[in-house]
Amino acid sequence: MNRYTRRTLALEMLMIAVAIVFAFPVYVLVNLAIRAPSDTSSPISPTTAPTLANFTQAWQEGGLGGALINSVIVTAVSVLIVLAVSSLAAYPLARSTAHWSRGTFLVIMLGLILPFQLAALPLYQTIRDLGLLGSVWSLILFYSGLQVPFTTFLDVGFLRALPRDFEEAATIDGCGPLTAFRYVVLPMLKPITVTALVLNTVSVWNDFFTPLLYLSGSDQQTMPVAVAGFVGQFVSDWNLIFAALLISIVPVLAVYLALQRSIINGFAGGLKG
Amino acid sequence: MTTELQKRLPERTAVATRSRRGRAAPPWWFTVPALLLFTFVVLVPSARGVYYAFTDWDGLDPDLAFIGLDNFTAIADDPDALQAIWHTLLVAVAITVLQNGFGLLLALGVNTMIKSRNFLRALLFAPAVIAQIVTAYLWRNLLSPDGAVNSLLSAVGLDSWRQNWLGDPDLALWMIVLVVVWQYAGYSMVIFIAGLQSIPKEIYEAAAIDGSGPIRRFWSVIRPLLAPALTINLMLSIIGGIKLFDQVYALTGGGPGHATDTISTLIYKDAFTLGEFGYSIALAVVLTAIVAIISAGQYAVLNRNEKAAS
Repeated sequence: MNRYTRRTLALEMLMIAVAIVFAFPVYVLVNLAIRAPSDTSSPISPTTAPTLANFTQAWQEGGLGGALINSVIVTAVSVLIVLAVSSLAAYPLARSTAHWSRGTFLVIMLGLILPFQLAALPLYQTIRDLGLLGSVWSLILFYSGLQVPFTTFLDVGFLRALPRDFEEAATIDGCGPLTAFRYVVLPMLKPITVTALVLNTVSVWNDFFTPLLYLSGSDQQTMPVAVAGFVGQFVSDWNLIFAALLISIVPVLAVYLALQRSIINGFAGGLKG
Repeated sequence: MTTELQKRLPERTAVATRSRRGRAAPPWWFTVPALLLFTFVVLVPSARGVYYAFTDWDGLDPDLAFIGLDNFTAIADDPDALQAIWHTLLVAVAITVLQNGFGLLLALGVNTMIKSRNFLRALLFAPAVIAQIVTAYLWRNLLSPDGAVNSLLSAVGLDSWRQNWLGDPDLALWMIVLVVVWQYAGYSMVIFIAGLQSIPKEIYEAAAIDGSGPIRRFWSVIRPLLAPALTINLMLSIIGGIKLFDQVYALTGGGPGHATDTISTLIYKDAFTLGEFGYSIALAVVLTAIVAIISAGQYAVLNRNEKAAS
């Protein structure tokens, strides 16, 4: 059963064929991004005179550098806040069986169902009244709250499956609750924290709707909005647009390739629940 | 004995007594920062949204007039809105079926003895980490009249199959489904693979020794044990499908005409290009109701199946 047979070889061929079809859009993406706009041959025939000029132009004219920095700041700060407040909240929510604890948990879980489209419009008004429209702080605030239910859900589920013995030992040894959280609970949560980090980072980094609402009309952009603005500006100059798309993908793919195993396990592991 | 100890170690005993009673539960205020953020960003705006849906809210004027169900009857009388609701449901179901169907086939193919399995897993999952708006713009070009898809069809002699994929109202919606399935089939695959790997090897071997063929083995042995992975996958894809926005925005903008508008794109257009905030938020309430009903129904059905399978 575990030998590499002729049938395994046939399956291998089939799967590689599937992968080639699957990767075809990426081939076209690179192929057109390195092509001069004057080259009008078919998008699927390999580019004969590759150039990097599109990348230089896209970088200079698209404001992609500033957007990249904003995306890094927004993602890093809000994911850090979400992980901190959610794991802290998960500790009593997972351990206490009191009514207030169950009630609070249910209210937070309500957030898993509420689509953000519902909150986005009234919050738009609040953020405008606070003078935060066009500021990346509006996004940090938004994601810090929006991602709480999902992260708390992961943390509570994980913590409930762990024994209380370690925290109780720490408490008996005289640790206050905050010390017990910092030195006992938080280290135990590490596997699920990695999962939550991966999932939150991907969804915050890639979100388009929120910055479209809260940053539109300002010079502050995140990567997805900058890309959309770029397409609006260079409507049909696809060689240039594809260069911009590739620039926006490269940082993500670099991280993905470097941490591929833990990212995939993060997606698969946490969700298996 | 106890009294002696109490004299010597007053603190310890106090803790021990407490832990016997209430097991020294961590303090409630640990939940405060998370609750504050959640309340400010999600809970209060959502509640306000539900309230605004019954008013003539225009996004600016703080004086609201309560107009009852007018926004909702307006939705019921608006063929564009009804069409968008239908599109939303259709797209969500199509994505769910196709994404999980392909995802499962890919998982069954990758989770075998083939040498390229790790490479394939990484490659097929990769689009799931890229922004939806980016993959959607990529596909907008691929599916354009002179794009790569049509060029490929000509190259293999299928000239008659060339289409204006995104410009044809009958095709455009399915192209959106295609783009989502292309991006997330690998995501479903990864979760199915995790499910497959949690099934003990002995079970496969026992089934093989019993002489059951691969299809029979899949249906009677593997499928019931995949129920948890399937639950997660169905939840993720259907909820994601219902909220679909980025792909529609980038691929068709809801067009041609209103042929690909979903609830989310209408919410955006009505609020930010037409200034119809009250109507827009009523649509968001409809979206919320659909998500809630589907989540509850799915949870009930899958929970039962999972229990039946285990």
